[in-house]
This record gives sequence, C-alpha cells and structure tokens, in this order.
Amino acid sequence: MFTVTLTQYDWSLHRKGAIDQARHKQKVKDAIRQNLADIVSEQSIITSDGKKIVRVPIRTLEEYKFRFDPNDQQQIGEGNGDSQVGDVLERFGQAQGPGHGPKAGDQPGIDYYEAELTMDELADMVFEDLELPNLEEKRLQELESQAVRFTDIRKSGPYANLDKKRTIRENIKRNAKRGHPRFGGLKNDDLRFKTWERDVRRESNAVVIAMMDVSGSMGTFEKYISRAFYYWMVRFLRTKYDNVAIVFVAHHTEAKEVTEEEFFTRGESGGTKASSAYQLALDLIAQRFNPVSWNIYPFHFSDGDNWPSDNELCRQLAERLLSQANLFGYGEIRQGRYAYQSTLMHTFQQLDSPKFVTVTIGEKAEVYPALRRFFGPGVASGTARSTA
Amino acid sequence: MHDMAPTQRYVAELEAGIERIWTLAHELGLRPFPTHFEIVPASVMYEIGSYGIPGRFSHWTHGKAYQMQKTMYDYGLSKIYELVINSNPCYAFLLETNTVLQNKLVAAHVLAHSDFFANNAYFAKTSRRMLDTIALNAERIRRYEFEHGPDEVERLLDAVLSIQEHVDPHATEQDVQPAQPRPRPQRTTAYEDLWRLGPSPDPEHDDEPPAPHGSRLRPAQPTRDLLLFILTHSPRLADWERDVVSIVRTEMLYFYPQLQTKIINEGWASYWHAQIMRELDLDTDDYLEFAQLHAAILQPSPRRLNPYHLGYCILEDIERRATAAGQDGRAKLFEVRELESDVSLIRNYLTKELVEDLDLYLYQRIGDELVIVDKSWESVRERLCAQLTNHGFPVIQVEDGDYHGNSELYLKHAWDGQPLDLHYAQKTMEHLYRLWDRRIWLETRTADDERLILSYDPDEGHKTHA
Repeated sequence: MFTVTLTQYDWSLHRKGAIDQARHKQKVKDAIRQNLADIVSEQSIITSDGKKIVRVPIRTLEEYKFRFDPNDQQQIGEGNGDSQVGDVLERFGQAQGPGHGPKAGDQPGIDYYEAELTMDELADMVFEDLELPNLEEKRLQELESQAVRFTDIRKSGPYANLDKKRTIRENIKRNAKRGHPRFGGLKNDDLRFKTWERDVRRESNAVVIAMMDVSGSMGTFEKYISRAFYYWMVRFLRTKYDNVAIVFVAHHTEAKEVTEEEFFTRGESGGTKASSAYQLALDLIAQRFNPVSWNIYPFHFSDGDNWPSDNELCRQLAERLLSQANLFGYGEIRQGRYAYQSTLMHTFQQLDSPKFVTVTIGEKAEVYPALRRFFGPGVASGTARSTA
Repeated sequence: MHDMAPTQRYVAELEAGIERIWTLAHELGLRPFPTHFEIVPASVMYEIGSYGIPGRFSHWTHGKAYQMQKTMYDYGLSKIYELVINSNPCYAFLLETNTVLQNKLVAAHVLAHSDFFANNAYFAKTSRRMLDTIALNAERIRRYEFEHGPDEVERLLDAVLSIQEHVDPHATEQDVQPAQPRPRPQRTTAYEDLWRLGPSPDPEHDDEPPAPHGSRLRPAQPTRDLLLFILTHSPRLADWERDVVSIVRTEMLYFYPQLQTKIINEGWASYWHAQIMRELDLDTDDYLEFAQLHAAILQPSPRRLNPYHLGYCILEDIERRATAAGQDGRAKLFEVRELESDVSLIRNYLTKELVEDLDLYLYQRIGDELVIVDKSWESVRERLCAQLTNHGFPVIQVEDGDYHGNSELYLKHAWDGQPLDLHYAQKTMEHLYRLWDRRIWLETRTADDERLILSYDPDEGHKTHA
C-alpha cells in the first residue's frame, strides 16, 4: 500500500491569518488611542525629529493567564562544555529598567507588547477629529488645495490618458461577440480614455498667533507643557491645513516675534507682563492680518503669574483681541503650586465671550485634553463673528 | 525557486525522494499514518503555524501570532521548516522555497512525528479527524459572531482563552458534579463502626441540611479542569456561550498531548531524520547540506533548552546504554516512544552524565545580569520536570463553586513552591468573572510561603485577604 501523496492545494485561500492580523492591528490602534493622553506628552516623542518611528508600550493587549512569576524563576540553558556557576550570560544596559526593555520575548520580567508606529500614524490619530473652530470663509485670498482626480471614462481623449486595461477589455469583448474571445485587431472604437477633474478645496486664510510666557517664573515643567502643547498644535495645523500662517511670540515683560526654532528652544527670565504679548498680537493683526480676510486664532500659555498692575490692561487688550479673533485660547499651567486662583485666570473670568476658551493644566497627561478642548469637536461655539 | 511555484521537475524529484523515504521508514520499523504532503508557500506555513491547525476559529491572538511569525520570516530571523498535523491521514506541509534535499529531510522528520502520533500512548485518545472538527467549530463560532456580534464573541473568547490551559484530559462530567449526599449509616449491628475504612466522616458536613434543589456546586474532589467546571456549572453562560467554552476545551484537549511530548517527539523525529538521511546514499554536496541543516536544527542555546537537541541526545543515550547492556537498543527506543511523555522521559532517562555532557545549567536574573546559579544534575532535572509539569502552567483547582453559599467561585493554586505572577492572576480573575458572574476567589501562597487569598468582583474590585 503506497500511502504518500504530494499535492499543491491552495491553502492560502483561507486568508484567515491576514484577517485576524488586521483585527489585531485594529486592537493595537484602539489601545494607542486610549493611551493618547500619556503618549502625547511623552518627552521622547516631542523631542523626536518628526520622522522617527516611536515605540508605544501597550499593556492592554497582553494575553493574561495564570502563570508563575517570571522574575522568580530559574531558567535552563545549555553551555558549550565549560560553563561555571557564576558565569554571566548577559548583562542588561543601565537604562533597561522595567518598562524600557526590548520586545516581548525570552527575558524574564520584561514582556509587554510594544507597538511601533510612525509619527505620521500617531499624528493622524491625535488629529483625527480636531479642527480649527469657527473657521469662516473670507473674502480674499482663498487658499486652494488642488488635486487631480480621474473620475470618468470616455471614448476620446489624449493618448497619454489611454486606459489600457479598459481598452483591452473592450477589444476582447468585441472579439468575443464574434466568437474569438482574445485580444487583437484593435479599432478606434475600442479605445477608452480617462478624464479627470480638478479637485479644488477652498480654504480660508487663517493665522495662529502662538504666545508663550518665557519669564523667570516659568519653571521646567511649565515650559515643557507649553512647548508640548504648541508642538502638537503646530503639527496639527500643518497636517490638516495646507496654508495656515503661524506667528510665534515670546514674552516676559516685553514681547517679540521669534522664529519657530527660538520659540521652541530659547529660555528667558524676568518678570511677566502678558499685556505686551497681546499688544504685539494686535499690532500684528493691524499690520499683516486684516480680519476681513483672515481667520485669527491667538493662543497664550502662561503660569498666570502676571504683574498685578498689568492685569487690567490685559483684560482690555484681550477683549479687543476677542473682537477680532475667531477664538482666543488661554492655557494656564499650574503644577499644584497655587492654592489660590492665579491673577491672570481670575482677571479673565470677567471676560464673557463664547470665543474665549481656557484650560488649566496640572500634569503632563492633560496636554492632550487641552488640545481637544481647543480644537476638538463640539468646542466651536458656532457664534458668528462680528465684523471688525 | 524563490517566489514561484515549484517546477514539475522539483515536484517529481521530491515525490521520488519521499517514496524512497516512506519505504525506508517502514523497513526501519516506523508505522506512521498514511501521509499527505502539501507543498506550500511560506505565508501558508506561518499562517497554519500561528493557528496550530488549519481552519481554526478566528481570534486576534491568532492574528498576533501570525504577525509575529510573518515579521520573523520577513526579516529572515526564523522560518518554519516543518509542520505536521496529528490526523489520519496525516497532513504534512513542505515549504516550497526549500531545496529538494531540505524537504527530503523534513519529510523524514515528519514521518517520524506521524509515527509518534500513531503509536505514543498519550495520543491514544486524540481525535484523528480533528481537521473536520476544527472547521465545524470555526463555522459555529462564525455563526455566533453573526448572531451575537463579533465584539461579544471576542470578549467571550478573550475570557475563555485566558484559562484554556486549565483542562484535564482525564476529567469527566462525573468529576465536576457535587458530592452525593452521604447516606446516613444505618446501624444494623452495634459494632458497625468498626468496619468503616478511611477517614471518619466530617461531622460538619454530616450535620448540614441537604442542599436546596441541588444548587451546591462543590465538586466531590477539587478539579483542575476549570473549563469543564465552568461550562457545566456557570450560573451565567447561555447555551451558545457554553458551546464556545466547550469548543476551546475540545481543541485544547487535542493539543494537550503535543504539549506533553514536545521534547520526546522532536527528539524522536530528529533521531529518525538522521537515520533515514544516512541511508539515502547522498552525494558529497547533498550530504554536506544535510549535515549543516541537521546541525542547525540541533543547535543548543545558552538561554533556552532546544527540545530537538535534548530529546535527540537522550534517545541516543538510551539506545547506546541498552546496546552496551547487551539489549536490543532499537527495540528499547520503540518502547520508550510508546510509553513516555516529556516528564517521564526526563525522570527516567536524564542521567548525571547526560546533564554534564550537555553542560546544562540553571540561570537566573540577578540585578542586571543573567547568571548561572546551579549546575548540579539533580537541580537541573527537578527544575526541568517542574517546568514541564502541566506544561509550565500553575495547577489551579476549583475547590468550591458555591462559596459563601452565594455561588462564588473559589479556586486554589496547587502550591509547589513557585509563586504566581499576581498581576496576571488578577487580570485573569477579571476574565473569569465574565464567565462565572459571581465573585472569584483565588488562594495561593507568596514567595515567603505565606497564605494569600485574592478576590475580585467588579463592584468591590480586587481585594487581598491574609
């Protein structure tokens, strides 16, 4: 009895692996989404050059079981004949405390799953439903983002746009009608051409005025938080909008317009007069960003520790800003330092405008909620802006 | 060869080779199941590898395994050479990118696996039509997804799979039934007591009133078949959910002997692929290729045991010692193949000399280093047996399914000196709650050998009781 057979059935038809793999990837994404608040304010991500692949630990995808404590176990290995008690098989680097280990695998104690994703993928998730609130169509200088989309098939057109696949299909179809279902004897009638439309999206001009307190009272944490926020905001604006102007303003007792690089790297010292920043913002609007043609978004991050006699001026200037802006965001960073309400936030409580949005950030994980508060769905008040 | 279907010549050559190997295997005494060889691309290989058997039900953990295997393959880190299904007829998968010689070796290797499936005692009760069962199971689970929604089914499977290793191949429905009410001894003579053997009856239990409408779910003996207990007694599960538990249990019972015989089965297959290949009159080039592949398969590793190597060395040693003692070494090997599992193989045949020859040792993480801590052969053997018992999983027993008279589930870790990963245990208890719907208790011990009782229910969360 010969009982061996050799066959080549197409097992790949099942495609189960690919389908379940997709489900697993989906779960990884969901897990990341749930942890966005922590991931967004992760130092390594904010200081990354923007192209890097980031690794995100995902604890929710572990397959929990009853198992022995992996840290308490002796493992068995096999030497090459001359091993001795006390021999060191491997030395872990200093940085590899729990939580920084390599991928899940054979090392005791370190076995959570890490997903790798590119910054772009991460940004997509962070920005998924964020948008500039209260955006209005402006009269002038509409920004056009253009794309060419092939949308239709015709019988005539430039040869450069010949749709070869369809042409061949038409030819075979015609031949088949005469009993020869194959390619050959191409006629003009067989030719098919792709036609296209220009896809024009109209966007209004928008400018974001990013103001940051760089005075001496802003500690490491406060600076880190404001930079983390602005880092994601800038990325968000550039990802979602083709052309949004961003102006960077740093202030202590005086404000000045700085480059993006200076904004994110330079530290200053001295007292705080927030009014200087607001005045500069108003000047910039007057000179360069006429509200008739620009949507205007001033944002200000500070520890709120403002020069007390400056507060009233701040309120007045903020009111003027609000009259010209689509939304004015103020973020105050307080790391449990102030039991009382800070002077600036207190001052702003008198402002009564749906376009004025404030957040208070006390810890790293609140950067993401802050982003959502300013740009998330449902934030936009929807009130029509009074024309300046 | 790469990325294209095998040529006619390749197939013909391989077919002739396998015929020869089949004949040789029979002459040498192997009795495998009739075997189908399938030539498949790598993608199919790692797909089947990540499911354990073709056609198994969908779940993201399979997708995770698939992705890992695919990544390993794509980066050239590992490739699956052999894949064989315990069924009659037996299915074996050959990688289409292997050379003819590599696939001949794989064919010889899997025929020995097939022989092991067919003749080892631990496999005697496994279903040989599992491919059909697996397909039907997958189909039912797919239907449940349709009826109850994929998320619901996924959550259920997450929970069931978290305890899937906790089955007992010998358990029957009887074992998870509550103790029968003890009939009160009828005194017929004044000296009846003298005849009663065994421990005297527990007065506490004797005084208990009979359980109202049989709701008491205390198994007569603690059982370690959590799946069977839950599917029989869970106060919550609907019929289709019980069916899913039953599916997972059936499939686990099918895989169970394979988990129990990894070392001996791989050793047996490696022993025979070497024997058969040496009989094949290979030319120098082929012999070199065979020798390289053989060495690669048996490559020992400083950080983990290679079951192929350990099994191969133990079997060779058994044959050598039997022959030296004037017995028929081969016959002795066939006897071992029929009777032993990994644990008994190690217990009975891992000698002091072997441990020293193989240079086995125990290592441990100390601070930031992995350090060799013990080389004594008895420690190695004991540790290995402990690792293989219950294939490396802690034994968890159901003590009571009606704890506090409130249908709470009381589990006890059968303590063997190894503490549990408590974080994992708590997460697993959350999964168990999904299946049981009442508070879950777990009794275990700490590293300092002190009793520790954990409990979980969603309202009170996790609690620790001394």
